[in-house]
Amino acid sequence: MEYKPDKTKIAKRIACFFNDGDLVNLGIGLPTLVGNYIPEDVSIILQSENGFLGLGPEPAKDQHNPDLVNAGGVPVSILPGGSFFDSAQSFGIIRGGRLDYTVLGVLETDQEGNLANYMIPGKMVPGMGGAMDLLTGARKVIAATVHFDRNGQSKMVKSCTLPLTAKGEVDYIVTDLGMFEIGDNCFILKEFFAPANPDWIIENTNAEIIMDPDCKEYIFSE
Amino acid sequence: MKAKPIIKAEEAISKIKDNDTILVSGFMGVGSPLGLLKALKDSGKKEMTLVCSDNGMFLGDESQATGVAPNVLAKQFKKFVASHIGLNKETQRQMVEGESEVELVPQGTLAERIRAGGSGLGGILTPTGVGTAVAEGKEIIHVNGRDFLLELPIRGDFTLIRAAKADKAGNLTYSASARNFSPLMATAGNTVLVEADEIVEVGELDPEIIVTPGIFVDYLIKRDKGIN
Repeated sequence: MEYKPDKTKIAKRIACFFNDGDLVNLGIGLPTLVGNYIPEDVSIILQSENGFLGLGPEPAKDQHNPDLVNAGGVPVSILPGGSFFDSAQSFGIIRGGRLDYTVLGVLETDQEGNLANYMIPGKMVPGMGGAMDLLTGARKVIAATVHFDRNGQSKMVKSCTLPLTAKGEVDYIVTDLGMFEIGDNCFILKEFFAPANPDWIIENTNAEIIMDPDCKEYIFSE
Repeated sequence: MKAKPIIKAEEAISKIKDNDTILVSGFMGVGSPLGLLKALKDSGKKEMTLVCSDNGMFLGDESQATGVAPNVLAKQFKKFVASHIGLNKETQRQMVEGESEVELVPQGTLAERIRAGGSGLGGILTPTGVGTAVAEGKEIIHVNGRDFLLELPIRGDFTLIRAAKADKAGNLTYSASARNFSPLMATAGNTVLVEADEIVEVGELDPEIIVTPGIFVDYLIKRDKGIN
């Protein structure tokens, strides 16, 4: 099988995790794409950790409010029913267990549920921003990542080598090849996305993966 | 209510000394007091410690630098306490070349440490950072079977924040996501400088909508709309 990165698949699959009314925080980058694919019959509330609930889409350029941006600094809107608050309350919401889901990007994630995404020593030290609090505080953490890095190595590993953003907090991993949960020191393959199949995924991932007995192909709607 | 002095940014900044710790509001520049920061840059103060959620944005073009980034470019700080510095290449350079020290703090921990500093607490206990590099050298305290890090309070010699409206007694409101760290930092500076978009008479702000009570504020500075 020839691998071609496909972020749309990842975003589409994650968008179907949520229940009506869930409170969700989407990280910057790939996780932000998830917001584009929420099913029409599901209404979720998005939190922006820089201080509001009811995050809405980017308005037309002439409607931009320079004081209203998402956590990536992009101009956005606030939906009816939304609210503003300071950073302590914002992270109180996060650590206080109010978030049903957070979706975060990945440098490495391992089979013990550890995740590293805030620095590469000696190379890149952007900092954790709100990611450590989000991983620690959210009820469920979804790690969103293309399956392989630029060198063709799987981003799912046996044990993270990079500094951890949080220890043992990851619940689900969604890549462009499948959806995984964390088992007993292993990943559990729950779904695979064609054209990938379970054997190919297991063979090409540098980590312990077992197949869930109910593992099935996930069919994407158009 | 006693009126707060309304002064120019330059006069406000002249109160700051080299080596002071300053708390500066803003999230990627949104909510930063840009007039005060410009006056700070022009003042040439140096060797300060900056506490700010991030370091603004500087990706190589100085004319596009946002938030505190122009001050970083002017090499005014010996230490940065921040949750994110990834969008400021100059901070990264100063850190790598050993010119400045960087203390990375999870954003929620930073907020709570400042809140603790402003509310007379000896610290806060957070689960954030347990099992990571953030925990190194910190006391772990067990509460109800769970591990927490003891994180110590942060205070500043000066706080520099932006508000939407201030009344002359120093009561403040904020604008949208420009609020972020301002209400916390207003409580945790020995001297609090507030750059307000608008300054109104006492009584014009409904007490129900005031976010920061005027007792926290020392000086008001009227924002110059020409500064972006």
